[in-house]
Order: sequence, then C-alpha cells, then structure tokens
Amino acid sequence: MTDIIHFHDVSHRYPGGHDVLTHVSFSVKQGEMVFLTGASGAGKSTILRLIALLARATRGEVLMQGRNLRQLKPREIPAYRQRLGLVFQDFNLLNDRTVFDNVALPLIIRGHSYRDVGRQVRAALDQVDLLDKEKVHPLFLSGGEQQRVGIARAVVTKPELLLADEPTGNLDPQMAQEVMRIFARFNEVGVSVLVATHAIDLIKAMPYRIVHLEHGRISMRTPIGAHHLGDTQHG
Amino acid sequence: MAKAEAGDLRPGWLSRLAEEHARVFFFSLGKLWQNPVGALLTALVIGITLALPAGLHVLIGNVDKLSYSWEGAAQSSLFLKDSVTEERGRDLAREIEARPGVARTGYISRQQALDEFRKLSGFGDALDLLGDNPLPAVITVTPLRKQTREQVAALTDELAHLPEVDRAKLDQKWLERLYAILDFLQRGVAVVAALLGIAVIITVGNTIRLDIQARREEIVVMKLIGAPDSFIRRPFLYTGFWYGLSGSVVALLFVLAGLAALTEPVRNLAGLYESDFSLAGPSFLAVLEMFGAGILLGWLGAFLTVSRQLGKIEPR
Ligand SMILES: Nc1ncnc2c1ncn2[C@@H]1O[C@H](COP(=O)(O)OP(=O)(O)O)[C@@H](O)[C@H]1O
Ligand SMILES: [Mg+2]
Repeated sequence: MTDIIHFHDVSHRYPGGHDVLTHVSFSVKQGEMVFLTGASGAGKSTILRLIALLARATRGEVLMQGRNLRQLKPREIPAYRQRLGLVFQDFNLLNDRTVFDNVALPLIIRGHSYRDVGRQVRAALDQVDLLDKEKVHPLFLSGGEQQRVGIARAVVTKPELLLADEPTGNLDPQMAQEVMRIFARFNEVGVSVLVATHAIDLIKAMPYRIVHLEHGRISMRTPIGAHHLGDTQHG
Repeated sequence: MAKAEAGDLRPGWLSRLAEEHARVFFFSLGKLWQNPVGALLTALVIGITLALPAGLHVLIGNVDKLSYSWEGAAQSSLFLKDSVTEERGRDLAREIEARPGVARTGYISRQQALDEFRKLSGFGDALDLLGDNPLPAVITVTPLRKQTREQVAALTDELAHLPEVDRAKLDQKWLERLYAILDFLQRGVAVVAALLGIAVIITVGNTIRLDIQARREEIVVMKLIGAPDSFIRRPFLYTGFWYGLSGSVVALLFVLAGLAALTEPVRNLAGLYESDFSLAGPSFLAVLEMFGAGILLGWLGAFLTVSRQLGKIEPR
C-alpha cells in the first residue's frame, strides 16, 4: 500500500536562513499513527508545514499517497488541504462563532448541504464529547475543551490524514492525555495521524512509532510495530 | 471513509450553492449590523457620492422636458419683398393668422424695424448715412402650442412660397443652443458620474480593506482548513453589495428630498410664465439604473480590494 506521507531526502531553508531540515526521509503508512518528536526548533513544525503546503520544500520530494506535492498548482492547494485535518497548539478557533459554527466551517467550505452539516457536526462533537457545548462560544470553554473543538473541526470532514502540531502544548497533563487518547481513537478507526510534540513523557507509554528530530535531522526512529521506546535515548 | 463522501458531493450542487449564497447574504448583513454606525456612515458617504450625478441627471431631464414645452413657442419670421405695401402686409398678416395651426401674427413695418434696430444696435445716427432703409418688413408667425417642430417647419416652408414673401426663417436658434448646452451638460454629468463612481469604488474598497485587516486571523484559519479564495472572498463581495444597495437608497432619498425642496419654487416660477410646468421625479428606469450602478460599484470596489488583500495574507 502506498504511504500516506513520504519524505524523500527533504532539505528546507526559510528565505535568508540556514537549513532547518537536512536530508530528511521518512514515511507514514496508510492508517498509521506516528509521533514526530524533538526539542523546540528541531524542525517538527516545518515538516508539518511542508505537508500542508504552507511552505514548499527547497530540496527533495514530499509525496502524499504517491503524488508529488511539487506538481500541485496553486489553485489546487485549497482542495488538497481539504483532504487534511489540521490541529494547532493555539487551537485557531474563530472566537466570534459558536462551537457548532466552528466545526461546521470545513463542511460549508466543501459545499455540504445544511442537513448534512448538522448531522456531521453533531457526530464529530459527539466523538470529542462536546455535544452539549455546540451553542457556546469558544472563549467560554476550558483549554482542553477548545482543543477538542479544534479536533472535531479537523475530523468532521473525515480527512485522510490528521496533522497535529503540539496539540497539547497549552494543556495541563490530564487534558493532554485525554487529547492524545482522542487521536488514538481516531487512528483505531483508520485515520492516519501525524502528531508533532516535544512532550516525550506523555507519549512514551503509547504504542506508536516515533520519528525523532535533532537540529533538522532524523536522529532516531522506532521500528514499525515497536510499541514503546524501551531503553533508547532521546532528548 | 473519504471515498463515501466524494459521491455525496455530487447531486444538488446548485441548490447547495444557492444555499451557501443565501447564508453569506445574511451573514454579511449581520456583520454590518454589528457595527451599525460605521455601516451607516459608509452608506451615507456612498449615497452622497451617488446622489450628486443622479440629482444632476434628473434636473437636466427636467430642463429637457421644459424645452419641449417651449418648442411650440418657436416663431417664424417672414421677410416681405420691398414691393409689398404696408397695407397689403398688414392684410397678409391677418390672412395668415386665420390659417390652421397659427396662434397669432404680428406685422413689423420697415420703419418700425429700423427704429427697433436703431435702439437695439446703438448705431443710431450712423444708419442715416445709408440713406435708404435697408430693412424689410416682417410678419412674425407664432404657431399654436401643440404644433410639433416638424409641423412648424412645414408651415414656415409653405409661407415662404407666398408671392409677397422674400424669405422665411424659422427662429429656433435659441432652442438649438439650449439643446447644445443640455448635451454639453449631460456629457459633463457623465464625466462627473465616472469620477464619482471611482470615488465609490475607493470608498467601499477602503472600508473593506479595514474589514479584512480586522478579520485577518479568521482569513488565515480559513485558508489553513482549505478554503479557496472564492469562498473567503464571497462575504466581502456581499458586504460590497450591501454598501452599494444602502448607498443607492440614501442617494434616492437625497434626490427625492432635493426635488421636494425645489418643487414649490419651480411651481411659483412657472406660474409667473403662465406655465403649468412642474418638476418630474426620476423615472422608474432611472432609479433602477442608479441602484444597478450603486450595487455594481460596491461589488467592484469589494472585488478589487479583496483580490489584492487576499494575496498578501499567508498562507497562500
Ligand atoms: N517562517 C520562518 N522563517 C524563518 N525561520 C523559521 C520560520 N519558521 C521556523 N523557522 C526556524 O526553523 C527552525 C525550525 O523551526 P520549527 O520547524 O518551528 O521547529 P519546532 O516546531 O520543532 O520547534 C527554527 O530554527 C526556527 O527558528
Ligand atoms: Mg513547532
């Protein structure tokens, strides 16, 4: 089966800077959940940005289900992004709209009918256990609840790949565990998930593969099927 | 999972697009409602800008209408041959007055013409040097009011062929001059309207630019979750539509108020000239045109601005 994401010898530098990624190669299998770890500044966000086409890799190739992202024309990018579900550290919710309207947005962008929207939004809110909060504005919610709204918005379109960048960065440990469990639940029903985090302690007990970055290079990866880090060292 | 969705997207896309447009239609109106004072001020500025050319247009239309009612007052002058005696001249004037289509006639003898010319020209005694009076006697013919321009011209032509008449002249110079002036003014209004149209585009554009800046984060989030530019642009285009529409309403109110203020003085003035002329309001078509222009300009101002501003906001 084709990898959902494949990085082939990718190097990247932002305009005027040095290389923040050097010769990065890795892949995420279809239906797999992978953690991208590393210290702050290691290049985790950059990798997610290259996948979401918020930046274009300066060298090397990024493939999504075998399709080289370099071939995508600018006007094809929105449709491409609609195939992803993005979760952010600072939630990126629209605070002047209700929880329902926030979660509905990706569906409305895709032109779903109102009946459809209502049904799918409630299904997504149910999965993150926020069904009773649909009429509330995000700022009245706790951090953990806001992030669950963010996750509901990311999964409501049933994306092929869920990308999360430090999703627990602004949450207390208990909330953080809950959020990671939610990702695991989505992965169990077949969604491919790539989570960037520096919270090693939070994930080391979880049975998922880890790709570890140091200064823009992959310094360590656990083999597929390895269920925890064991005695390997990490930063 | 995604596969099942794809099939779901096909049927009824048109009704869904209509649904989406209806949603944005009210959403953008609601956004304006959140800042009613700002929206009202913008509508007011646009209204004033639109009212000026619209009002001028209506006024010119009225002068045009007035000139039609004057057209009947056009006179023709029949210059009589020198051989025609004064007595015969006066008889001829009476005969012509009896013709259908003629309201009245007047006879100006050679001597009267000379005296009048002396008075008006200021040449005075210098004319005595000519010895003989060079001016012909004239019969002035005033057609009935209801006569059209063509009918008056035909009558004049006919009278020109009378044996006593040397030459006939339809005295419409001043009307032609009026038409020329009206034409000029109309062009002037068109130029003013074009300039003010650009002003409306700039006004709406600037308002929407501020709006976009205030909603920058929202736009970034939308781009991140895959909204195409057309989707992000849509509410702003509708905002431009609302500005154009509300500005047109304001402009219409201004024009009607201006006409109402002028109605009484114009009626009084017309009364002095024994005319039943009264100011006409803008026609339905003119109102429609004004609204069309207002909405189009509002939309255009929004479109140009959003297209420019969206390109500047990351991610692209
Ligand atoms: N937009 C940018 N322009 C220039 N440099 C950047 C930009 N974004 C990130 N960087 C740099 O790239 C490196 C990697 O950053 P990032 O991918 O955000 O790391 P991480 O997410 O692992 O903390 C850092 O040194 C950071 O300063
Ligand atoms: Mg980061």
